[in-house]
Amino acid sequence: MKIDVSHIAKLANLPLSLEEKTKFEKQLEETIKYVEELGDVETKGIEPTSQVTGLENVTRKDLAGPSLTQDESLSNTKSAHNGMFKVNAIFEENES
Amino acid sequence: MLFLKKMNLNNLTLKQAKEGLKNKDFSSVELTKACLERIKATEPKLNAFVTVTEKDALEQAKIADKALSDAVELPLLGIPLAVKDNFSTKGIKTTASSKVLESYIPPFDSTVIKKIKEAGCVILGKTNMDAWAHGSSTETSDFGASKNPWNTKHLPGGSSGGSAASVAADQTIAAIGSETAGSIRQPASWCGVVGLKPTYGRVSRYGVIAMGSSLDSPGPITKTTEDSAIILEVLAGKDEMDATTSPKPVLKYSQKLKKDIKELKIGISNEYFIEGLDKEVEKNVKEAIKKLEKAGGKIENIKLFDPKYAIDVYTIIQRSEVSSNLARYDGIRYGNGRGAFADEAKRRIMFGTYALSSGYYDQYYNKAQQVRTVIINDFEKAFGKVDVIIAPTSPSLALPVGATKDAAMFGEIADVLVEPSSIAGLAGINIPVGFSNSGLPIGMQIIGPQFSEELVLSVAFEYEKITQTEQWRKLKPNL
Repeated sequence: MKIDVSHIAKLANLPLSLEEKTKFEKQLEETIKYVEELGDVETKGIEPTSQVTGLENVTRKDLAGPSLTQDESLSNTKSAHNGMFKVNAIFEENES
Repeated sequence: MLFLKKMNLNNLTLKQAKEGLKNKDFSSVELTKACLERIKATEPKLNAFVTVTEKDALEQAKIADKALSDAVELPLLGIPLAVKDNFSTKGIKTTASSKVLESYIPPFDSTVIKKIKEAGCVILGKTNMDAWAHGSSTETSDFGASKNPWNTKHLPGGSSGGSAASVAADQTIAAIGSETAGSIRQPASWCGVVGLKPTYGRVSRYGVIAMGSSLDSPGPITKTTEDSAIILEVLAGKDEMDATTSPKPVLKYSQKLKKDIKELKIGISNEYFIEGLDKEVEKNVKEAIKKLEKAGGKIENIKLFDPKYAIDVYTIIQRSEVSSNLARYDGIRYGNGRGAFADEAKRRIMFGTYALSSGYYDQYYNKAQQVRTVIINDFEKAFGKVDVIIAPTSPSLALPVGATKDAAMFGEIADVLVEPSSIAGLAGINIPVGFSNSGLPIGMQIIGPQFSEELVLSVAFEYEKITQTEQWRKLKPNL
């Protein structure tokens, strides 16, 4: 099994060096090979389990209450501007 | 109780410390100072802590002493505890042992922290772990591995390795850990202490740095079973902030430990005495089971689904959940950017991303979730025949420092015997049963159905009782 490490890294938003890509490619392939024995287990008609609690449709009252202040929310950021988080631009300015 | 003043207060169990505080044999400040001094003396060898909060701890101890003198009764009043560094602590750095969060100071407390604070405890600091709880050794910590107090050339296990080492070394009275699959039981086994993994949903995950959200279970690491029960009473219960917590009532676990184990059906499965199992582990666990049989337990041989498939299921489910949970670390609102992840986290994020990516979902994630159902059904069938299942906790003794280097599947293989019960969300406990000839601890696990904490604690308590006078129980690490 050959996997496209650059594509996966892009999906995962992980900056990887060339050296890391080579290393992880090999390790990922090993892990994939390892878990492939799961194919031996017959699962025809078996429902997948996504939670083990048996609890469903758990709700709580939709009440407004005290939450973090703006200062608390911003207390760990390295890039605040005018009391807001500063992020990189997502859209480019249209030149036309 | 005058003799207590002569011995080191930090060596006390939680129950002993509670009694001593209540009887005014010593103060919380004295008890806390004894722990802090032990931490100072042994940290250069152990590296069990990421952060020691000496000043805060002494403040909290003073407040506790005031409350004690006012005859306030709280379950953990004045008791020093160490907390794994993946529990958000308001105003105290919470790193999950990763450089991504090296300077992150949460503006809120996790539910577990809120509860132990309300119970009056003194927090000594935050303990080291595998970064993001990814591992079974603490070797993936970005702040250096912790060492096993019984032999500092060996690892404490993980991911709650700092918590387990800290309890074993009497740096603290007890500790809080968290388990996704093995992260409480395995380090407890390697360090010779009691580690309880509660049923999934028994203890709130709110404010715990998320790893595998369908698996994460916070729980106590302690010197005795009774201490474990006392802490579980504080931690357990429904939490509005975590919709997966159960509304089932919290029992007075510490009052319900004494149970007759006559007629108790103990299931033993050959599948858990796997090839490659350490011979001394096998011998000690089998002898321990015989002791329970002598005390009246009925041993039944049962066949369980091969635990090797649990490694595959866990690898796929856990890494998939990791890739989603760790997507939030973008370095914008807090923490450093994604370049600061170390190898193990990168590997897991990448594998999870791959397993969930278009075209592979059915082959990996869906298949793993189906086999998860097979494992759950298999345990259900087993618990139709027996009350508890007993097995070794770890297939090996504590491994030497360096054992995990570049072994991409190390953690999963080390956790093969604890992964199936985690996948099914069951309750389980590790208790020490003796030592190897080389002086390393050996642990045994007792697994019960969901919400059978009372039962697994009772069986563990009974084992402690019938082996109370065994010579190995007197041993202390030489640090």
